[in-house]
Amino acid sequence: MPQGDRLSLWSAAGAAGDLSARFLSGHDATVALGDLADGSVLSGRGRELRGCSVLVATRSQLTAALALVELDSIARRLILYPPDLAAEHAAFVMASAEVDAIVSDHAAPEWESAAVRSRVIGNSKIEPANDDRTPRHQTEWILFTSGTTGRPRMVVHTLASLAGAIASAAPASPVVWSTFYDIRRYGGLQIFLRVVLGGTSLVLSSARDSTADFLIRAGRHQVTHISGTPSHWRRALMSPAARCIAPQYVRLSGEIADQPILDHLHAFYPHARVAHAFASTEAGVAFEVRDGSAGFPASLIGQPGDVEMRVEDGSLRIRSPRTATRYLGDGERRLAGEDGFIDTGDMVELRGDRYYFAGRRDGVINVGGMKVHPEEVEAVINRHPRVRMSLVRTRKNPVTGALVVADVVLRAEPEDSEPGRNVETEILQLCRDVLPRHKVPAAIRVVPELAFAATGKMVRCHA
Amino acid sequence: MPFWGPIEMSVRAAVLQQFKQVAREQSKRLAPLDDDLPLLDSGLDSLCFAIIVARLEDTLGVDPLSAAEDIRFPVTLGDFVRFYENAAR
Repeated sequence: MPQGDRLSLWSAAGAAGDLSARFLSGHDATVALGDLADGSVLSGRGRELRGCSVLVATRSQLTAALALVELDSIARRLILYPPDLAAEHAAFVMASAEVDAIVSDHAAPEWESAAVRSRVIGNSKIEPANDDRTPRHQTEWILFTSGTTGRPRMVVHTLASLAGAIASAAPASPVVWSTFYDIRRYGGLQIFLRVVLGGTSLVLSSARDSTADFLIRAGRHQVTHISGTPSHWRRALMSPAARCIAPQYVRLSGEIADQPILDHLHAFYPHARVAHAFASTEAGVAFEVRDGSAGFPASLIGQPGDVEMRVEDGSLRIRSPRTATRYLGDGERRLAGEDGFIDTGDMVELRGDRYYFAGRRDGVINVGGMKVHPEEVEAVINRHPRVRMSLVRTRKNPVTGALVVADVVLRAEPEDSEPGRNVETEILQLCRDVLPRHKVPAAIRVVPELAFAATGKMVRCHA
Repeated sequence: MPFWGPIEMSVRAAVLQQFKQVAREQSKRLAPLDDDLPLLDSGLDSLCFAIIVARLEDTLGVDPLSAAEDIRFPVTLGDFVRFYENAAR
Protein backbone atom coordinates (compact mmCIF):
# COMPACT_ATOMS: atom_id res chain seq x y z
CA MET A 1 0.00 0.00 0.00
CA PRO A 2 1.42 3.43 -0.88
CA GLN A 3 2.19 5.41 2.22
CA GLY A 4 2.81 9.12 2.57
CA ASP A 5 2.35 11.72 -0.09
CA ARG A 6 5.60 11.36 -1.99
CA LEU A 7 4.84 8.02 -3.58
CA SER A 8 3.30 7.88 -7.01
CA LEU A 9 1.50 5.17 -8.90
CA TRP A 10 4.39 5.17 -11.36
CA SER A 11 7.06 4.61 -8.72
CA ALA A 12 4.94 2.01 -6.95
CA ALA A 13 4.46 0.18 -10.25
CA GLY A 14 8.21 -0.10 -10.68
CA ALA A 15 8.71 -1.19 -7.07
CA ALA A 16 6.11 -3.95 -7.43
CA GLY A 17 7.88 -5.94 -10.12
CA ASP A 18 9.83 -5.96 -13.35
CA LEU A 19 7.97 -3.56 -15.63
CA SER A 20 9.20 -5.00 -18.89
CA ALA A 21 7.59 -8.38 -18.22
CA ARG A 22 4.18 -6.82 -17.49
CA PHE A 23 1.60 -5.67 -20.00
CA LEU A 24 -1.67 -3.85 -20.35
CA SER A 25 -3.80 -5.13 -23.18
CA GLY A 26 -6.74 -3.35 -24.72
CA HIS A 27 -9.16 -3.94 -27.55
CA ASP A 28 -6.68 -3.02 -30.29
CA ALA A 29 -3.24 -2.77 -28.69
CA THR A 30 -1.02 -4.34 -26.06
CA VAL A 31 1.73 -2.33 -24.39
CA ALA A 32 4.54 -3.19 -22.01
CA LEU A 33 4.40 -1.12 -18.81
CA GLY A 34 8.16 -0.72 -19.06
CA ASP A 35 7.77 1.38 -22.21
CA LEU A 36 6.41 4.19 -20.03
CA ALA A 37 9.88 4.60 -18.48
CA ASP A 38 10.96 6.78 -21.38
CA GLY A 39 7.67 7.20 -23.13
CA SER A 40 4.24 8.71 -22.83
CA VAL A 41 0.73 8.48 -24.26
CA LEU A 42 0.24 12.22 -23.75
CA SER A 43 1.85 13.41 -27.00
CA GLY A 44 4.87 14.58 -25.03
CA ARG A 45 2.86 17.19 -23.19
CA GLY A 46 2.71 15.55 -19.77
CA ARG A 47 4.55 18.43 -18.10
CA GLU A 48 1.81 20.89 -19.06
CA LEU A 49 -0.54 18.96 -16.83
CA ARG A 50 1.52 19.42 -13.67
CA GLY A 51 -0.70 20.76 -10.89
CA CYS A 52 -3.80 20.68 -13.08
CA SER A 53 -7.23 19.29 -12.46
CA VAL A 54 -7.24 16.84 -15.37
CA LEU A 55 -10.33 15.32 -16.88
CA VAL A 56 -9.39 11.95 -18.37
CA ALA A 57 -12.14 11.47 -20.94
CA THR A 58 -10.91 8.91 -23.44
CA ARG A 59 -12.87 6.26 -25.27
CA SER A 60 -10.03 3.79 -24.93
CA GLN A 61 -9.56 2.22 -21.51
CA LEU A 62 -5.95 1.50 -22.37
CA THR A 63 -5.20 5.18 -23.02
CA ALA A 64 -6.94 6.13 -19.79
CA ALA A 65 -5.01 3.48 -17.86
CA LEU A 66 -1.64 4.69 -19.14
CA ALA A 67 -2.54 8.34 -18.58
CA LEU A 68 -3.47 7.57 -14.97
CA VAL A 69 -0.10 5.89 -14.38
CA GLU A 70 1.66 8.93 -15.84
CA LEU A 71 -0.37 11.59 -14.08
CA ASP A 72 -0.82 10.36 -10.52
CA SER A 73 1.13 12.68 -8.19
CA ILE A 74 1.71 15.01 -11.17
CA ALA A 75 -1.84 16.31 -11.56
CA ARG A 76 -3.60 17.93 -8.64
CA ARG A 77 -6.77 16.05 -9.48
CA LEU A 78 -7.68 13.24 -11.88
CA ILE A 79 -11.29 12.93 -12.95
CA LEU A 80 -12.06 9.46 -14.28
CA TYR A 81 -14.80 10.21 -16.74
CA PRO A 82 -16.76 7.10 -17.75
CA PRO A 83 -17.50 7.13 -21.48
CA ASP A 84 -21.14 6.24 -20.94
CA LEU A 85 -21.96 9.34 -18.90
CA ALA A 86 -24.59 11.52 -20.55
CA ALA A 87 -23.19 14.64 -22.22
CA GLU A 88 -25.68 16.83 -20.34
CA HIS A 89 -23.61 16.35 -17.16
CA ALA A 90 -20.42 17.72 -18.71
CA ALA A 91 -20.91 21.33 -17.59
CA PHE A 92 -21.60 20.25 -14.01
CA VAL A 93 -18.47 18.12 -13.98
CA MET A 94 -16.27 20.86 -15.46
CA ALA A 95 -17.43 23.43 -12.92
CA SER A 96 -17.51 21.24 -9.81
CA ALA A 97 -14.13 19.63 -10.41
CA GLU A 98 -12.54 22.93 -11.57
CA VAL A 99 -11.23 21.16 -14.63
CA ASP A 100 -8.39 23.04 -16.32
CA ALA A 101 -7.04 20.33 -18.61
CA ILE A 102 -8.55 17.55 -20.67
CA VAL A 103 -6.96 14.35 -21.91
CA SER A 104 -9.05 12.88 -24.68
CA ASP A 105 -8.65 10.67 -27.72
CA HIS A 106 -11.61 11.92 -29.72
CA ALA A 107 -13.47 15.10 -30.57
CA ALA A 108 -16.46 15.53 -28.27
CA PRO A 109 -18.75 18.54 -28.62
CA GLU A 110 -19.43 18.71 -24.90
CA TRP A 111 -15.79 19.55 -24.18
CA GLU A 112 -15.10 21.85 -27.10
CA SER A 113 -16.75 24.92 -25.61
CA ALA A 114 -14.99 24.42 -22.28
CA ALA A 115 -12.42 27.03 -21.28
CA VAL A 116 -9.40 24.98 -20.25
CA ARG A 117 -5.65 25.57 -20.22
CA SER A 118 -4.63 22.37 -21.97
CA ARG A 119 -6.19 19.86 -24.28
CA VAL A 120 -3.99 16.86 -24.72
CA ILE A 121 -4.66 14.20 -27.29
CA GLY A 122 -4.00 10.88 -25.67
CA ASN A 123 -3.56 7.66 -27.60
CA SER A 124 -2.71 4.13 -26.72
CA LYS A 125 0.66 4.28 -28.50
CA ILE A 126 3.57 5.03 -26.21
CA GLU A 127 5.83 7.57 -27.88
CA PRO A 128 9.31 8.55 -26.70
CA ALA A 129 9.18 11.30 -24.10
CA ASN A 130 11.22 12.40 -21.16
CA ASP A 131 8.74 13.60 -18.61
CA ASP A 132 9.82 14.47 -15.09
CA ARG A 133 7.69 12.26 -12.86
CA THR A 134 8.93 13.49 -9.49
CA PRO A 135 5.86 13.25 -7.23
CA ARG A 136 4.64 16.72 -6.30
CA HIS A 137 1.01 16.27 -5.36
CA GLN A 138 -1.16 13.92 -3.42
CA THR A 139 -3.52 13.62 -6.33
CA GLU A 140 -7.24 13.53 -5.73
CA TRP A 141 -8.90 10.74 -7.71
CA ILE A 142 -12.46 11.63 -8.64
CA LEU A 143 -14.82 8.75 -9.32
CA PHE A 144 -18.43 8.72 -10.40
CA THR A 145 -20.98 6.73 -8.45
CA SER A 146 -22.65 3.96 -10.34
CA GLY A 147 -26.27 5.03 -9.82
CA THR A 148 -28.31 4.58 -12.96
CA THR A 149 -30.68 7.50 -12.64
CA GLY A 150 -30.32 11.25 -12.20
CA ARG A 151 -27.13 13.24 -12.01
CA PRO A 152 -24.14 11.13 -11.06
CA ARG A 153 -22.25 11.97 -7.89
CA MET A 154 -18.53 12.59 -7.84
CA VAL A 155 -16.60 11.22 -4.89
CA VAL A 156 -13.07 12.07 -3.85
CA HIS A 157 -10.52 9.36 -3.20
CA THR A 158 -6.75 9.28 -2.86
CA LEU A 159 -4.41 6.58 -4.10
CA ALA A 160 -4.07 5.49 -0.46
CA SER A 161 -7.82 5.09 0.05
CA LEU A 162 -8.21 3.28 -3.27
CA ALA A 163 -5.31 0.93 -2.60
CA GLY A 164 -6.21 0.11 1.01
CA ALA A 165 -7.30 -3.43 0.19
CA ILE A 166 -4.39 -4.19 -2.13
CA ALA A 167 -1.34 -6.18 -1.08
CA SER A 168 1.83 -4.98 -2.76
CA ALA A 169 3.67 -8.30 -2.63
CA ALA A 170 4.36 -9.61 -6.12
CA PRO A 171 2.89 -13.07 -6.76
CA ALA A 172 5.10 -16.15 -6.93
CA SER A 173 3.87 -17.18 -10.39
CA PRO A 174 2.80 -14.84 -13.20
CA VAL A 175 -0.68 -13.47 -12.76
CA VAL A 176 -2.74 -12.02 -15.59
CA TRP A 177 -5.81 -10.17 -14.41
CA SER A 178 -8.86 -9.24 -16.35
CA THR A 179 -12.14 -7.59 -15.54
CA PHE A 180 -15.47 -7.17 -17.25
CA TYR A 181 -15.67 -3.75 -15.59
CA ASP A 182 -14.55 -0.52 -17.18
CA ILE A 183 -11.55 0.63 -15.13
CA ARG A 184 -13.05 4.11 -14.82
CA ARG A 185 -15.60 2.56 -12.43
CA TYR A 186 -14.71 1.65 -8.85
CA GLY A 187 -14.89 -2.13 -9.41
CA GLY A 188 -12.64 -1.94 -12.45
CA LEU A 189 -10.27 0.59 -10.93
CA GLN A 190 -9.65 -1.81 -8.04
CA ILE A 191 -8.42 -4.43 -10.49
CA PHE A 192 -6.33 -1.92 -12.45
CA LEU A 193 -4.61 -0.72 -9.26
CA ARG A 194 -4.16 -4.30 -8.09
CA VAL A 195 -2.26 -4.93 -11.31
CA VAL A 196 -0.10 -1.82 -11.21
CA LEU A 197 0.67 -2.03 -7.48
CA GLY A 198 0.77 -5.82 -7.30
CA GLY A 199 3.26 -6.51 -10.07
CA THR A 200 0.95 -8.20 -12.56
CA SER A 201 -0.58 -7.72 -16.04
CA LEU A 202 -4.07 -6.82 -17.21
CA VAL A 203 -6.43 -7.53 -20.10
CA LEU A 204 -8.94 -4.69 -20.36
CA SER A 205 -12.52 -5.08 -21.49
CA SER A 206 -13.92 -2.91 -24.24
CA ALA A 207 -17.36 -1.53 -24.98
CA ARG A 208 -16.67 -2.50 -28.60
CA ASP A 209 -16.21 -6.19 -27.78
CA SER A 210 -19.03 -8.66 -27.45
CA THR A 211 -18.87 -10.86 -24.36
CA ALA A 212 -17.60 -13.69 -26.54
CA ASP A 213 -14.92 -11.54 -28.22
CA PHE A 214 -13.71 -10.35 -24.85
CA LEU A 215 -13.54 -13.88 -23.42
CA ILE A 216 -11.62 -15.08 -26.47
CA ARG A 217 -9.15 -12.21 -26.11
CA ALA A 218 -8.79 -12.90 -22.36
CA GLY A 219 -8.19 -16.56 -23.17
CA ARG A 220 -5.46 -15.68 -25.67
CA HIS A 221 -3.61 -13.80 -22.93
CA GLN A 222 -4.05 -16.73 -20.54
CA VAL A 223 -5.90 -14.75 -17.92
CA THR A 224 -5.55 -16.27 -14.45
CA HIS A 225 -7.68 -13.88 -12.37
CA ILE A 226 -10.90 -12.25 -13.50
CA SER A 227 -13.62 -10.11 -11.93
CA GLY A 228 -17.09 -8.87 -12.77
CA THR A 229 -20.59 -8.37 -11.47
CA PRO A 230 -22.91 -11.38 -11.06
CA SER A 231 -24.73 -10.04 -14.15
CA HIS A 232 -21.47 -10.04 -16.13
CA TRP A 233 -20.89 -13.62 -15.07
CA ARG A 234 -24.40 -14.84 -15.83
CA ARG A 235 -24.04 -13.38 -19.30
CA ALA A 236 -20.56 -14.87 -19.72
CA LEU A 237 -21.82 -18.34 -18.81
CA MET A 238 -24.37 -18.08 -21.62
CA SER A 239 -21.53 -17.83 -24.12
CA PRO A 240 -19.66 -20.85 -25.45
CA ALA A 241 -16.56 -18.62 -25.22
CA ALA A 242 -16.70 -19.00 -21.43
CA ARG A 243 -14.63 -22.14 -22.12
CA CYS A 244 -11.85 -19.98 -23.61
CA ILE A 245 -10.62 -19.00 -20.15
CA ALA A 246 -9.42 -21.25 -17.35
CA PRO A 247 -9.07 -18.89 -14.42
CA GLN A 248 -7.54 -19.75 -11.04
CA TYR A 249 -9.51 -17.01 -9.35
CA VAL A 250 -12.98 -15.67 -10.10
CA ARG A 251 -14.25 -12.60 -8.30
CA LEU A 252 -17.74 -11.13 -8.10
CA SER A 253 -18.70 -7.70 -6.82
CA GLY A 254 -21.06 -4.80 -7.46
CA GLU A 255 -24.29 -6.74 -7.06
CA ILE A 256 -25.52 -9.43 -4.71
CA ALA A 257 -23.81 -12.75 -5.41
CA ASP A 258 -26.54 -15.30 -4.79
CA GLN A 259 -25.87 -18.98 -4.14
CA PRO A 260 -26.86 -20.16 -7.65
CA ILE A 261 -24.29 -17.95 -9.44
CA LEU A 262 -21.57 -18.97 -6.97
CA ASP A 263 -22.45 -22.64 -7.51
CA HIS A 264 -22.60 -22.29 -11.29
CA LEU A 265 -19.18 -20.64 -11.41
CA HIS A 266 -17.72 -23.23 -9.11
CA ALA A 267 -19.09 -26.04 -11.30
CA PHE A 268 -18.00 -24.36 -14.53
CA TYR A 269 -14.48 -23.49 -13.35
CA PRO A 270 -13.75 -26.32 -10.88
CA HIS A 271 -10.11 -25.27 -10.48
CA ALA A 272 -10.89 -21.65 -9.63
CA ARG A 273 -11.30 -20.08 -6.25
CA VAL A 274 -14.62 -18.24 -6.43
CA ALA A 275 -14.87 -15.20 -4.15
CA HIS A 276 -17.32 -12.38 -3.79
CA ALA A 277 -16.42 -8.96 -2.46
CA PHE A 278 -18.40 -6.15 -0.99
CA ALA A 279 -17.36 -2.68 -2.09
CA SER A 280 -18.93 0.59 -3.11
CA THR A 281 -17.55 3.74 -4.69
CA GLU A 282 -18.19 5.68 -1.49
CA ALA A 283 -17.38 3.07 1.16
CA GLY A 284 -14.47 1.36 -0.59
CA VAL A 285 -13.66 -2.34 -0.39
CA ALA A 286 -15.04 -3.78 2.84
CA PHE A 287 -14.45 -7.51 2.67
CA GLU A 288 -14.08 -10.56 0.51
CA VAL A 289 -15.90 -13.86 1.12
CA ARG A 290 -14.02 -16.97 0.05
CA ASP A 291 -16.04 -19.83 1.54
CA GLY A 292 -18.23 -20.28 -1.54
CA SER A 293 -21.42 -19.29 0.26
CA ALA A 294 -23.66 -16.28 -0.34
CA GLY A 295 -23.75 -13.60 2.35
CA PHE A 296 -21.02 -13.18 4.93
CA PRO A 297 -20.23 -14.47 8.44
CA ALA A 298 -21.98 -12.45 11.13
CA SER A 299 -18.68 -12.38 13.03
CA LEU A 300 -17.43 -9.69 10.60
CA ILE A 301 -19.86 -7.22 12.17
CA GLY A 302 -18.44 -5.33 15.10
CA GLN A 303 -14.96 -6.77 14.67
CA PRO A 304 -12.16 -4.31 15.43
CA GLY A 305 -9.71 -3.63 12.60
CA ASP A 306 -9.05 -1.47 9.58
CA VAL A 307 -12.56 -1.95 8.29
CA GLU A 308 -15.29 -1.57 10.89
CA MET A 309 -18.82 -2.65 10.06
CA ARG A 310 -22.12 -2.46 11.82
CA VAL A 311 -25.78 -2.93 10.98
CA GLU A 312 -28.18 -0.14 11.84
CA ASP A 313 -31.84 0.11 10.77
CA GLY A 314 -31.19 -2.97 8.67
CA SER A 315 -28.46 -1.48 6.50
CA LEU A 316 -24.74 -2.13 6.42
CA ARG A 317 -22.54 0.75 7.69
CA ILE A 318 -18.82 0.95 7.08
CA ARG A 319 -15.95 2.98 8.48
CA SER A 320 -12.44 2.47 7.16
CA PRO A 321 -9.42 4.24 5.68
CA ARG A 322 -10.65 2.97 2.29
CA THR A 323 -13.74 5.15 2.20
CA ALA A 324 -13.90 8.24 0.04
CA THR A 325 -13.24 11.53 1.78
CA ARG A 326 -16.13 13.63 0.45
CA TYR A 327 -18.47 14.42 -2.40
CA LEU A 328 -17.51 17.01 -4.97
CA GLY A 329 -20.01 19.58 -6.21
CA ASP A 330 -22.88 18.35 -4.12
CA GLY A 331 -23.11 21.24 -1.68
CA GLU A 332 -23.22 20.19 1.93
CA ARG A 333 -24.14 16.60 1.19
CA ARG A 334 -22.25 14.46 3.66
CA LEU A 335 -20.67 11.17 2.78
CA ALA A 336 -20.48 9.78 6.31
CA GLY A 337 -22.25 10.34 9.61
CA GLU A 338 -20.73 12.24 12.54
CA ASP A 339 -18.97 9.06 13.67
CA GLY A 340 -17.38 8.45 10.26
CA PHE A 341 -19.60 5.48 9.32
CA ILE A 342 -20.99 5.45 5.77
CA ASP A 343 -24.49 4.09 5.27
CA THR A 344 -24.16 1.85 2.21
CA GLY A 345 -27.95 1.65 1.63
CA ASP A 346 -27.51 -2.12 1.29
CA MET A 347 -30.00 -3.95 3.47
CA VAL A 348 -28.89 -7.14 5.23
CA GLU A 349 -30.75 -9.87 7.10
CA LEU A 350 -29.34 -12.14 9.79
CA ARG A 351 -30.15 -15.83 9.31
CA GLY A 352 -28.32 -18.15 11.64
CA ASP A 353 -24.70 -17.07 11.89
CA ARG A 354 -24.65 -15.32 8.54
CA TYR A 355 -25.80 -12.05 7.09
CA TYR A 356 -27.43 -12.08 3.66
CA PHE A 357 -27.90 -9.10 1.38
CA ALA A 358 -31.59 -8.41 0.87
CA GLY A 359 -31.33 -5.54 -1.62
CA ARG A 360 -30.99 -1.78 -1.90
CA ARG A 361 -33.02 0.38 0.42
CA ASP A 362 -34.20 2.56 -2.48
CA GLY A 363 -35.25 -0.45 -4.57
CA VAL A 364 -37.95 -1.70 -2.22
CA ILE A 365 -41.33 -2.57 -3.77
CA ASN A 366 -44.28 -1.78 -1.54
CA VAL A 367 -47.09 -4.33 -1.96
CA GLY A 368 -50.02 -3.06 0.07
CA GLY A 369 -47.73 -1.85 2.85
CA MET A 370 -45.49 -4.92 2.80
CA LYS A 371 -41.92 -4.48 1.63
CA VAL A 372 -40.25 -6.62 -1.00
CA HIS A 373 -36.64 -6.44 -2.10
CA PRO A 374 -36.47 -7.46 -5.77
CA GLU A 375 -33.14 -9.14 -5.15
CA GLU A 376 -34.49 -11.59 -2.54
CA VAL A 377 -37.12 -12.79 -5.01
CA GLU A 378 -34.54 -13.04 -7.81
CA ALA A 379 -32.36 -15.18 -5.56
CA VAL A 380 -35.21 -17.69 -5.25
CA ILE A 381 -36.10 -17.64 -8.96
CA ASN A 382 -32.43 -18.15 -9.86
CA ARG A 383 -32.44 -21.45 -7.96
CA HIS A 384 -34.51 -23.03 -10.72
CA PRO A 385 -32.12 -25.05 -12.88
CA ARG A 386 -33.52 -23.62 -16.12
CA VAL A 387 -33.11 -19.98 -15.05
CA ARG A 388 -30.01 -18.11 -16.23
CA MET A 389 -30.97 -14.73 -14.77
CA SER A 390 -33.98 -12.81 -13.61
CA LEU A 391 -35.15 -9.30 -12.92
CA VAL A 392 -37.92 -8.65 -10.44
CA ARG A 393 -39.70 -5.36 -10.84
CA THR A 394 -42.72 -3.48 -9.67
CA ARG A 395 -45.99 -3.31 -11.52
CA LYS A 396 -48.49 -0.61 -10.61
CA ASN A 397 -51.72 -1.90 -9.21
CA PRO A 398 -54.95 -0.11 -8.21
CA VAL A 399 -55.58 -2.43 -5.26
CA THR A 400 -52.22 -2.80 -3.50
CA GLY A 401 -50.33 0.09 -5.10
CA ALA A 402 -47.83 -2.34 -6.57
CA LEU A 403 -47.30 -5.98 -7.34
CA VAL A 404 -44.14 -7.98 -7.88
CA VAL A 405 -43.54 -9.32 -11.39
CA ALA A 406 -40.53 -11.09 -12.85
CA ASP A 407 -38.72 -11.28 -16.18
CA VAL A 408 -36.59 -14.38 -16.59
CA VAL A 409 -33.97 -15.49 -19.09
CA LEU A 410 -33.86 -19.26 -19.50
CA ARG A 411 -30.98 -21.52 -20.39
CA ALA A 412 -31.32 -23.69 -23.46
CA GLU A 413 -33.63 -26.61 -22.84
CA PRO A 414 -31.75 -29.82 -22.11
CA GLU A 415 -32.18 -32.56 -24.72
CA ASP A 416 -33.64 -35.01 -22.24
CA SER A 417 -36.21 -32.65 -20.73
CA GLU A 418 -39.75 -33.96 -20.34
CA PRO A 419 -42.11 -32.54 -22.91
CA GLY A 420 -44.89 -30.32 -21.61
CA ARG A 421 -43.02 -29.10 -18.55
CA ASN A 422 -44.09 -25.58 -17.79
CA VAL A 423 -41.11 -23.68 -16.45
CA GLU A 424 -43.14 -20.62 -15.43
CA THR A 425 -45.41 -22.78 -13.27
CA GLU A 426 -42.41 -24.49 -11.69
CA ILE A 427 -40.76 -21.17 -10.90
CA LEU A 428 -43.96 -19.91 -9.30
CA GLN A 429 -44.23 -23.07 -7.23
CA LEU A 430 -40.63 -22.65 -6.09
CA CYS A 431 -41.42 -19.09 -5.02
CA ARG A 432 -44.61 -20.14 -3.22
CA ASP A 433 -42.70 -22.81 -1.33
CA VAL A 434 -40.24 -20.38 0.27
CA LEU A 435 -41.55 -16.83 0.03
CA PRO A 436 -44.42 -15.08 1.79
CA ARG A 437 -47.41 -14.55 -0.52
CA HIS A 438 -46.83 -10.87 -1.27
CA LYS A 439 -43.31 -11.61 -2.50
CA VAL A 440 -44.38 -14.23 -5.03
CA PRO A 441 -44.45 -12.73 -8.54
CA ALA A 442 -47.96 -12.15 -9.86
CA ALA A 443 -46.65 -12.79 -13.34
CA ILE A 444 -43.56 -14.38 -14.84
CA ARG A 445 -42.49 -13.40 -18.31
CA VAL A 446 -39.83 -15.28 -20.23
CA VAL A 447 -37.63 -12.79 -22.10
CA PRO A 448 -34.67 -13.35 -24.45
CA GLU A 449 -32.38 -10.99 -22.52
CA LEU A 450 -32.23 -8.39 -19.78
CA ALA A 451 -30.89 -4.85 -20.04
CA PHE A 452 -27.50 -3.99 -18.59
CA ALA A 453 -26.09 -0.64 -17.61
CA ALA A 454 -22.54 0.26 -18.63
CA THR A 455 -21.65 -0.35 -14.98
CA GLY A 456 -22.23 -4.07 -15.52
CA LYS A 457 -25.27 -4.05 -13.29
CA MET A 458 -28.80 -4.85 -14.29
CA VAL A 459 -30.92 -1.83 -15.10
CA ARG A 460 -33.44 -1.37 -12.32
CA CYS A 461 -36.19 1.20 -12.64
CA HIS A 462 -37.19 2.30 -9.18
CA ALA A 463 -40.87 2.91 -8.62
CA MET B 1 -84.34 -8.64 -20.99
CA PRO B 2 -80.62 -8.08 -21.46
CA PHE B 3 -78.89 -9.54 -24.42
CA TRP B 4 -75.72 -11.38 -23.40
CA GLY B 5 -73.63 -11.22 -26.51
CA PRO B 6 -70.51 -13.28 -26.98
CA ILE B 7 -68.20 -10.44 -25.85
CA GLU B 8 -70.00 -9.90 -22.55
CA MET B 9 -70.11 -13.58 -21.94
CA SER B 10 -66.41 -13.95 -22.47
CA VAL B 11 -65.57 -11.05 -20.16
CA ARG B 12 -67.70 -12.57 -17.43
CA ALA B 13 -66.15 -15.95 -18.02
CA ALA B 14 -62.65 -14.47 -17.91
CA VAL B 15 -63.37 -12.72 -14.62
CA LEU B 16 -64.86 -15.77 -12.97
CA GLN B 17 -62.04 -17.94 -14.20
CA GLN B 18 -59.47 -15.62 -12.58
CA PHE B 19 -61.41 -15.63 -9.30
CA LYS B 20 -61.27 -19.41 -9.25
CA GLN B 21 -57.68 -19.70 -10.36
CA VAL B 22 -56.29 -17.10 -7.95
CA ALA B 23 -58.29 -18.61 -5.07
CA ARG B 24 -56.73 -21.97 -5.90
CA GLU B 25 -53.20 -20.55 -6.19
CA GLN B 26 -53.54 -18.61 -2.95
CA SER B 27 -55.24 -21.49 -1.11
CA LYS B 28 -58.36 -19.45 -0.37
CA ARG B 29 -61.83 -20.94 0.10
CA LEU B 30 -63.97 -19.17 -2.47
CA ALA B 31 -67.63 -18.41 -1.65
CA PRO B 32 -70.22 -19.48 -4.25
CA LEU B 33 -69.94 -16.95 -7.07
CA ASP B 34 -73.15 -15.08 -7.75
CA ASP B 35 -73.69 -11.47 -8.72
CA ASP B 36 -74.89 -10.36 -5.28
CA LEU B 37 -71.82 -11.69 -3.50
CA PRO B 38 -70.06 -8.82 -1.68
CA LEU B 39 -66.41 -8.92 -2.69
CA LEU B 40 -65.37 -8.65 0.94
CA ASP B 41 -67.20 -11.93 1.65
CA SER B 42 -65.74 -13.74 -1.32
CA GLY B 43 -62.94 -15.31 0.68
CA LEU B 44 -60.29 -13.36 -1.26
CA ASP B 45 -58.08 -10.68 0.26
CA SER B 46 -56.64 -7.55 -1.31
CA LEU B 47 -53.53 -9.33 -2.62
CA CYS B 48 -55.81 -11.78 -4.45
CA PHE B 49 -57.77 -8.91 -5.98
CA ALA B 50 -54.56 -7.16 -6.97
CA ILE B 51 -53.44 -10.29 -8.82
CA ILE B 52 -56.87 -10.76 -10.46
CA VAL B 53 -56.80 -7.15 -11.70
CA ALA B 54 -53.29 -7.56 -13.10
CA ARG B 55 -54.15 -10.84 -14.87
CA LEU B 56 -57.34 -9.39 -16.34
CA GLU B 57 -55.37 -6.45 -17.68
CA ASP B 58 -53.13 -8.96 -19.45
CA THR B 59 -55.97 -11.07 -20.86
CA LEU B 60 -58.61 -8.41 -21.58
CA GLY B 61 -56.32 -5.43 -22.17
CA VAL B 62 -58.20 -3.19 -19.73
CA ASP B 63 -57.74 -2.05 -16.16
CA PRO B 64 -60.99 -0.23 -15.32
CA LEU B 65 -60.04 0.21 -11.67
CA SER B 66 -57.00 2.31 -12.58
CA ALA B 67 -58.69 4.04 -15.49
CA ALA B 68 -61.87 5.11 -13.69
CA GLU B 69 -62.00 8.81 -12.91
CA ASP B 70 -64.82 8.15 -10.49
CA ILE B 71 -62.94 5.79 -8.23
CA ARG B 72 -65.90 3.96 -6.77
CA PHE B 73 -64.64 0.51 -6.08
CA PRO B 74 -67.04 -2.29 -7.06
CA VAL B 75 -68.86 -3.70 -4.03
CA THR B 76 -70.36 -6.92 -5.35
CA LEU B 77 -69.12 -9.48 -7.81
CA GLY B 78 -71.81 -8.23 -10.21
CA ASP B 79 -70.38 -4.67 -9.97
CA PHE B 80 -66.93 -6.03 -10.59
CA VAL B 81 -67.98 -7.94 -13.70
CA ARG B 82 -69.84 -4.88 -15.05
CA PHE B 83 -66.75 -2.71 -14.59
CA TYR B 84 -64.90 -5.00 -16.94
CA GLU B 85 -67.78 -5.44 -19.36
CA ASN B 86 -68.13 -1.67 -19.70
CA ALA B 87 -64.41 -1.13 -20.09
CA ALA B 88 -64.01 -3.92 -22.64
CA ARG B 89 -66.92 -2.67 -24.75
